[in-house]
Amino acid sequence: MKEELQQKNNDKTFFGFWVYLMTDLLMFAALFATYAVLRNNTFGAPSGKELFSLPYVLIETLILLTSSFTVGIGTIYARAKDVVKTSIFFGATFILGVVFLWMEVAEFAHLFAEGNTPQRSAFLSSYFTLVGTHGLHITSGLLWMVLIFIFILKRGMSDSSIRKLTLLGIFWHFLDIVWIFIFTIVYLLGAI
Amino acid sequence: MNENKKIKISTYVLGFLMSVILTLLAYFLAVTKTSFDSFILIVIFMVLALIQLIVQLVFFLHMANESRPRWNLLFFMTTLGGILILIVGSIWIMYHLNYNMTPQQINNYVESQDGF
Repeated sequence: MKEELQQKNNDKTFFGFWVYLMTDLLMFAALFATYAVLRNNTFGAPSGKELFSLPYVLIETLILLTSSFTVGIGTIYARAKDVVKTSIFFGATFILGVVFLWMEVAEFAHLFAEGNTPQRSAFLSSYFTLVGTHGLHITSGLLWMVLIFIFILKRGMSDSSIRKLTLLGIFWHFLDIVWIFIFTIVYLLGAI
Repeated sequence: MNENKKIKISTYVLGFLMSVILTLLAYFLAVTKTSFDSFILIVIFMVLALIQLIVQLVFFLHMANESRPRWNLLFFMTTLGGILILIVGSIWIMYHLNYNMTPQQINNYVESQDGF
């Protein structure tokens, strides 16, 4: 009986979090629409075809995909209350997330160094807004992961820690799904 | 979504492998500069991305084995409707504005309107 009640409460928490994710998705949709409208307005500045390096972005994509995979495995071990394996897989996710973020910042820095700042053209403004917002989500996900780790260190693998880890897992999968579309619409369509 | 049903590691491995294959397929199509028309290529890329979306929703977010009533799926579908209106609507409107008119067309339009 108690377990059933717990399950119902968890389902409610998931639905609440899911509603947040869907509204976040709508925000990303608005940014994608802006990008789709402005992508050809380069105003004499280089277009995506000249700026983006596809092999570099492929590596970024595969890193984020792998981190989405490890976070899923980590959630399974969290539910089994296996602290060591949970730490390994969430640790791997954290490292992969940091590498991804570092690659994105390096890409931005490279663009900035060549004078391709958001002020340069409408295309670059919409590009930096879209990809930068995704990077900001990754950053907050990493911070959230650190906070959950501190929580687990203090309280152990309680039901509430498992719920937090599961929600983080869902958030991370969501970010990977958004990245699929950034990869396709910004980088692949930009290359042809 | 549902903790009651046993979610196995193999589900994630399968989803991961399918996602990697779909990503690489799209990547090599873009890199090898296949002889396809660019419109066909855009359609192929979008279809591959949508397949990967479904793969990740099913294998990573387990939307297929959510318990009934499927509120999560329902709300996702509603959001999808909003997204379609937002993106298709924006592109449709913005590519049909006088944005696409020639200066001559703009002059004719202005002259045809009284008070301008």
